[in-house]
Amino acid sequence: MSIFVDENTKVVVQGLTGGQGRFHGLRNRDYGTQVVAGVTPGKGGTDVDGVPVYDSVEDAVAATGADASFVVVPPKGAPAAILEAARAGIGFIVCITEGIPAQDEAFFYNILRRDHPGVRLLGPNCPGVISPGKCNIGITSGDIALPGGPVGIVSRSGTLTYQALHELSQQKVGQTTCVGIGGDPVPGTSFIDCLAAFEQDSDTRAVMMIGEIGGSAEEEAAQFIKDNMSKPVVSYVAGVTAPPGRKMGHAGAIISGSQGTAQAKMAALADAGAIVALNPTEAGERMVEIVKTLD
Amino acid sequence: MDLYEYQGKQYFARYGIPTSAGGVADTVDEAVIQAEAAGYPVVVKAQVKVGGRGKAGGIKLANDADEVRTHASAILGMDIHGHAVNRLWVEHASDIAREYYASFTLDRAAKLHLCMVSAKGGVEIEEVAATDPDAIARLHVNPVDGLSLDAATRLVEEADLDPEARAPAAELLVALYRCYVEGDCDLAEINPLILTTDGRVHALDAKVTLDDNAAFRHPEWEEFAGTETADERELLAKEKGLNYIGLSGSVGIIANGAGLAMSTLDVVTQAGGSAANFLDIGGGANADVMAAALEVINTDDAVRSIFVNIFGGITRCDEVANGIVEALGRVDLRSPIVLRLDGTNAEAGHAILASHISDRLVVDETMLGAARRAVALAGGDK
Repeated sequence: MSIFVDENTKVVVQGLTGGQGRFHGLRNRDYGTQVVAGVTPGKGGTDVDGVPVYDSVEDAVAATGADASFVVVPPKGAPAAILEAARAGIGFIVCITEGIPAQDEAFFYNILRRDHPGVRLLGPNCPGVISPGKCNIGITSGDIALPGGPVGIVSRSGTLTYQALHELSQQKVGQTTCVGIGGDPVPGTSFIDCLAAFEQDSDTRAVMMIGEIGGSAEEEAAQFIKDNMSKPVVSYVAGVTAPPGRKMGHAGAIISGSQGTAQAKMAALADAGAIVALNPTEAGERMVEIVKTLD
Repeated sequence: MDLYEYQGKQYFARYGIPTSAGGVADTVDEAVIQAEAAGYPVVVKAQVKVGGRGKAGGIKLANDADEVRTHASAILGMDIHGHAVNRLWVEHASDIAREYYASFTLDRAAKLHLCMVSAKGGVEIEEVAATDPDAIARLHVNPVDGLSLDAATRLVEEADLDPEARAPAAELLVALYRCYVEGDCDLAEINPLILTTDGRVHALDAKVTLDDNAAFRHPEWEEFAGTETADERELLAKEKGLNYIGLSGSVGIIANGAGLAMSTLDVVTQAGGSAANFLDIGGGANADVMAAALEVINTDDAVRSIFVNIFGGITRCDEVANGIVEALGRVDLRSPIVLRLDGTNAEAGHAILASHISDRLVVDETMLGAARRAVALAGGDK
């Protein structure tokens, strides 16, 4: 099993005819993902390396039965692309776009919440989701993931998501699903959404959670772990040495006052019973120890 | 981007939020001209992006031109918590009856906008929140619905603003919300928001943080860009479109992605070293970006080694490798590079670099291993 996606997921790539869309869309297909369509307004009827392109998501869904979307559209157009996918009946939307204004994110998040409550948005500004051996939507390099479980990964940062996958795969520990939720102010999918899904997923037997400074998402996740998680959680929070008051690239990663520090987040996670590692490598090592005890 | 008070007030004015008459002055003479225009008495205020200006002597009342000269010459050039004062804001002094607080920001947990209003303004709102949380009235605003005048009116009543202040304060909140949303602010804060003795409500201070991601639809923000103060390394990095923060250690850091960059700082510290900077070359960085990043790091005299930590996703390792090769040819790097390269097109990247490996360019397979080598090359301890 896996969460959010599996081998039956049919993906439409919004922005497939662009440079990034083509590179990552075709890479996802080469990984084995069912990339069934692309959408670029005005380019309907063409194709990208055999993948048919449609003018609208609605057309793509009607023709191919796509049920997931991969949004690779620049910041100006991404909000409209996300809402178009939701209106066309897509149930799972992955948006990797970096640089969408926070006001836009807050707006489309709340439109989805009100008008399309069944739709899950992953991102924006996230690496996507990979269920090794089954489906890869986004920009993660598929060869660093190892199929077979038993670990689920959820991470706020893109490159740290890869690092987490890599640490586990190097140790021959497989993953059920790896979800990068993104570091923007209004992520469509939260740590808690992923933790809850992993808790329900019978093949996932332990969870690695990678957080970072800023905001309170890790603290909220810690509370959820304390109250709801029966499976072991290994965590790492990036930014222990970050200087206060400076924005560290992600809109989310800013420390203000005592709130949002790595120390506070690590303390909350430890208090919730999660194992807290000091760097990604140690997180991998601790997970290896846990996986050994599962057998 | 944080705005100075005067920029914040000018930004407010675009959205019809009342502020005091005033103007900007960079010299004592200009301060007098602005004071004459605003009408005495005036307040001479240091323009720095740091709190505690008043206590530091950066805000003074002046009743005539002589007093303006005295205060302006004292404040210009003053150092306030490490920020040099190069500019003043001179405005007509208000007759203050009461001081309130009002702000809009995003509540990330609720994923809604949050409006906070308090009758206890003029002090740090964090202090009010800690000592008297009930004194802050809070309202979540759904961006789909917006803020109605009715909701704003109920909020100022709940905050217990003085009865004569409520109607103008509610109107001001609606205008401030429009400024916050249409003006793409991360934060729009007025502290103090004042009630004057003649019954008007207006902004006596302005704290505005703009969302840099929205710059594409705000050409008018150009005028704010040149007034940013940063250290030279940060200015150079900004010119090259890099996300750089100067620190004080000896290991230069280049990583792709904010999370990995932060984590790289962490492991360098754990390996016994100290980072000279935070530098995220971002997603999809190409050869030019990599070369520019190395150039920026190379201007930092404190750097003894450079740790390049790349995990390719949208960033392609072959592009990174090309950038390093290009930089080696273009820049006379003073420090050795320790490189860790994984992810998208990593094999191609390593192949490109194979003929360039030397004691000036070391490759390590793991992040921790690379951190240790970079720290050792930098001379070990901080």
